[in-house]
Amino acid sequence: MFIINCPYCGERDQSEFSCGGEAHIIRPKQPTELNDDQWAEYLFMRKNIKGVQFERWNHAHGCRKWFNLVRDTSNDKIHAVYKMGEKPPVI
Amino acid sequence: MTKYRINKTRFIDQTKNVSFTFDGKTYHGFEGDTLASALLSNGIHLVGRSFKYHRPRGIMSCGSEEPNAICQINNNTEYTEPNVRATEIEIYEGLKASSQNCWPSLNFDIGGVNNFISPLIPAGFYYKTFMWPKSFWKKIYEPLIRMSAGLGKSPTKPDPEIYDHKHEHCDVLVIGGGISGIISAKIAAKNNLKTILIEDKNILGGSTIYQNNKNFVIDGQKSNEWLTNEISELQKLDNLTIKTRTSLAAFHSYNYLLAKENISDHLPLDKKDGSIRQRLWKIRADKVIVGAGAIERPLIFNNNDRPGIILAHSVKKYLDFYGVSSGLNNIIFTNNDSAYETAVSLFEKGISVKIVDIRKKSSSSIIKNAEELGIEIYWNSTVINTFGYKKIKSIEIMNLSEDGSNVTGNKNKIQCDCLAISGGWTPMVHMHTQSGGKLDFREIDQVFVPSEKNENHINVGSCNGDFELEEIVKNTNNKVKTFLNINEGGFDKISVLCSKESEKKNIWLLPNTISESKTKSFIDFQNDSTAKDIKLALREGFKSIEHVKRYTTTGMATDQGKLSNMHALGIIADTAGVKMGTLGTTTFRPPFTPLTFGAIVGRSVGKFFDVVRKTSIHEWHIQNNAKFENVGQWKRPWYYPINNENLYEAVQRESKAARNSAGILDASTLGKIDIQGSDASEFLNRVYTNAWSKLGIGKCRYGLMLNEDGMVYDDGVTTRLGENHFLMTTTTGGAANVLSKLEDYLQTEWPELDVYLTSVTDHYSTTSICGPNSKKILKKLFPNKDFSDEAFPHMSYQDALIDKIECRIMRISFTGELSYEINIESKYGRSLWESCIKAGEEYKITPYGTETMHLLRAEKGFIIVGQDTDGTMTPIDLQMDWIVSKKKYDFIGKRSLYRSDTIREDRKQLVGLLTDDPNEILEEGAQIVSELDKNPVEMIGHVTSSYFSPNLNKSIALAVVKGGKKMKGQKLFVPMENKNINVTVSDFIFLDKENKRINA
Repeated sequence: MFIINCPYCGERDQSEFSCGGEAHIIRPKQPTELNDDQWAEYLFMRKNIKGVQFERWNHAHGCRKWFNLVRDTSNDKIHAVYKMGEKPPVI
Repeated sequence: MTKYRINKTRFIDQTKNVSFTFDGKTYHGFEGDTLASALLSNGIHLVGRSFKYHRPRGIMSCGSEEPNAICQINNNTEYTEPNVRATEIEIYEGLKASSQNCWPSLNFDIGGVNNFISPLIPAGFYYKTFMWPKSFWKKIYEPLIRMSAGLGKSPTKPDPEIYDHKHEHCDVLVIGGGISGIISAKIAAKNNLKTILIEDKNILGGSTIYQNNKNFVIDGQKSNEWLTNEISELQKLDNLTIKTRTSLAAFHSYNYLLAKENISDHLPLDKKDGSIRQRLWKIRADKVIVGAGAIERPLIFNNNDRPGIILAHSVKKYLDFYGVSSGLNNIIFTNNDSAYETAVSLFEKGISVKIVDIRKKSSSSIIKNAEELGIEIYWNSTVINTFGYKKIKSIEIMNLSEDGSNVTGNKNKIQCDCLAISGGWTPMVHMHTQSGGKLDFREIDQVFVPSEKNENHINVGSCNGDFELEEIVKNTNNKVKTFLNINEGGFDKISVLCSKESEKKNIWLLPNTISESKTKSFIDFQNDSTAKDIKLALREGFKSIEHVKRYTTTGMATDQGKLSNMHALGIIADTAGVKMGTLGTTTFRPPFTPLTFGAIVGRSVGKFFDVVRKTSIHEWHIQNNAKFENVGQWKRPWYYPINNENLYEAVQRESKAARNSAGILDASTLGKIDIQGSDASEFLNRVYTNAWSKLGIGKCRYGLMLNEDGMVYDDGVTTRLGENHFLMTTTTGGAANVLSKLEDYLQTEWPELDVYLTSVTDHYSTTSICGPNSKKILKKLFPNKDFSDEAFPHMSYQDALIDKIECRIMRISFTGELSYEINIESKYGRSLWESCIKAGEEYKITPYGTETMHLLRAEKGFIIVGQDTDGTMTPIDLQMDWIVSKKKYDFIGKRSLYRSDTIREDRKQLVGLLTDDPNEILEEGAQIVSELDKNPVEMIGHVTSSYFSPNLNKSIALAVVKGGKKMKGQKLFVPMENKNINVTVSDFIFLDKENKRINA
């Protein structure tokens, strides 16, 4: 049960948030031009790192904003929180 | 006073008599006693039978580590509670306790025969034995195992007690009210930090509070007197909250902790009434100081489990805290100095005591003290056997060989009625590891101690591996100062005198004269696993501690191996010839001690279990005899029986009425999302499969929403209210997820779109009127409105006023009938509904529920997302190619519709099924096969919706069948338990394919 510093609301309990999986997977602009393998790469392939991972989170029971955070999955330490569209920090 | 209550202490009020029963017999104790201390004061040691061999077992400890003394409380009621530790429960007037795991009685237990056939039931016995013959499993093995397994009896009625949850925040949380916890809490609170101190016992002070021994002196006072003064000062501090009878259950990351407070468990029956029983505290602390203490280890030797064999320090606590002597003729068997404190205490009260020590000598002050008193000490000796069935009567000891691996010399038999054993101490590192901390192994005294500095929590006192009083006081003071960044601790100049252990010796499994296979040296007392079981597991190839643990069940009982884990590790290390530190430990998982389900769920029971959502028309439905169905959190009318109709009869009647005259449905639960913004139509283009740009203002359109994987996710009608304003409807169950999904795409993939989403599900009440007479009813309600097909065609909407209240009328249909939906602000929902009922009276307007709605739409072949689809159906599978735009460049899921998998022709596809016998109704979920004599039979699909259609007078069904699109007219079979039903694949639109009724 960690605490997340929502970039819009400040520190809130984890129970207010939901996780949306790996961050920075950009939806292809022209899906129809991709072959099956390329589309499958976007659609299905996700990393599951033990260690520092970039994730999408949503303040579902709060401001309902999506944002990114950098979390070490081995100890839940959160290294950074940043808004959608912002450049990911170097960790 | 009883024979064993030999001492008056200030902790037990001997003027307050408490009577209780154990196994039906009445006993007396005093206020402040635990069930264990009260039983011991009555000379009762035998309290249970062991799990596997049904050996007689006695009270072994004085705390949460107790493996044997687990009882059934209030056995004679429906609310009985099993697996309560006698060492933890405080007695109260009227308490009824009984032993468990014995049949027919504690004193004569038939399962005791297991003890004599024990060579036949080694570790893994169940895995090895109950494998064959297969036919024995259901009738013989399983009932047999079920009868002999399990501990207590479950209650048969729901728990009537009240439980509570509460959130708490603090600067510093101190876990454990022993001496180190008290020092920590005082330093924190005195430095202006909001501090909470929790202690699982009813008073503070840990083991120091009854340490009335001249070898342990702080600032010139005996340690117990010094601590008593400290506690009374502590209670004056304003920003310190002390919670006793509160035990830590879990220590999660980010200093989030759960603690259970017992509020009324110790109160007499007449005072419990109405009180909250237990409260679960959810604590978020800035800093956590763990002072959880240590647990004494047993020693592992042959027959080390008889009643009367008790941990040495527990003997001391029963004596010095409760005033109860566990025996009158005691022997102490130890490998360390701490047990000598017990010996001195016993001796000073005039009770006979001898000491057996596996060490060759020791010379600390407490040993000298014992020697000066004239207590007989057998050095370099070990117990090799014990005697006495229901209580220990004597022991046999022998000398240890030079290296301790064997025994030498003659056997010496000594009489006793209590054997106090001590194998040293195990720091309680559970909290530290639960929070993610790591451990180091300390060779010198064979303990795991917390390693790794965590900036937000520390361990102090014996749970940190500090066992000497001086270390505890000084290290705690210094550590807490650094941790809290404080200059003055208040205990900086303290002087501590204490006995210091100089000689250490540890033998995990003590040697014997007879071969190991003939001994019973118990490691896990509750699960009856012995040293030879562990060795057998190693011989059979198990290497990892996690595997050995599960194979032998060591450490898997309700005490979670508090007494057994270290010895199991030690024996594995010795046998395998590896260092203990490299083996690691098993994982310490929360909760530290078992939690009641009541404490876990708190107030979220009964009507507070989940949110119940009701429409504004709900009360009318109740008054009109509706039966309800849960749809998500919503209560929806299912059907409205008249005169004892059953579901089938009511639905047949409702369905006919809707097709022949008029039906009325409360559709308020459908999800409604208000969509505004200059890019709203472009947004709809991207989220639905069909095109939206050209939808005229005032028009409605059905949309199908896919996931990015091409599977149908939701559907519903969206209405264009204005140029940049739409009202989307979703399925009842999907509303929240659809909104989340739309928000996700808007915020993350298409932030450039100017679109705003608002959930308005609860804001509008929706009444749907369908049937050939619906237009006439609408005309009565809205006399000024032109309902002609030209002025108000199908799939359009108009604003209207009723009693000067604004509402929206959509002419849309989910039944295939001429149909109107009226949306009005929720607060007017019931009023509008009743107006509709009144206006429809002359047409016998019939309220119908979800079941009839499902039947009517099935007749028309309209799908229900979630019933006819299951997350693996594409629109093509549903034969809904017509709704998938070929022209649109992109929409969610488009690319997935021509992946190699989604274009397979043998995918399950939606079809209609007609039974050869028109009166036979298929079961929803029934499997479909094409060949009956093939083995194994291939299941090619399943029935998704099935009804008897009163309008067609035959049974109809929707199904998904592999390659179903090309199977029209083909005969298939639906095999049931007793028969095979013959069916024919048909079109899935059963009624009015030409859509005549919608425009009737």
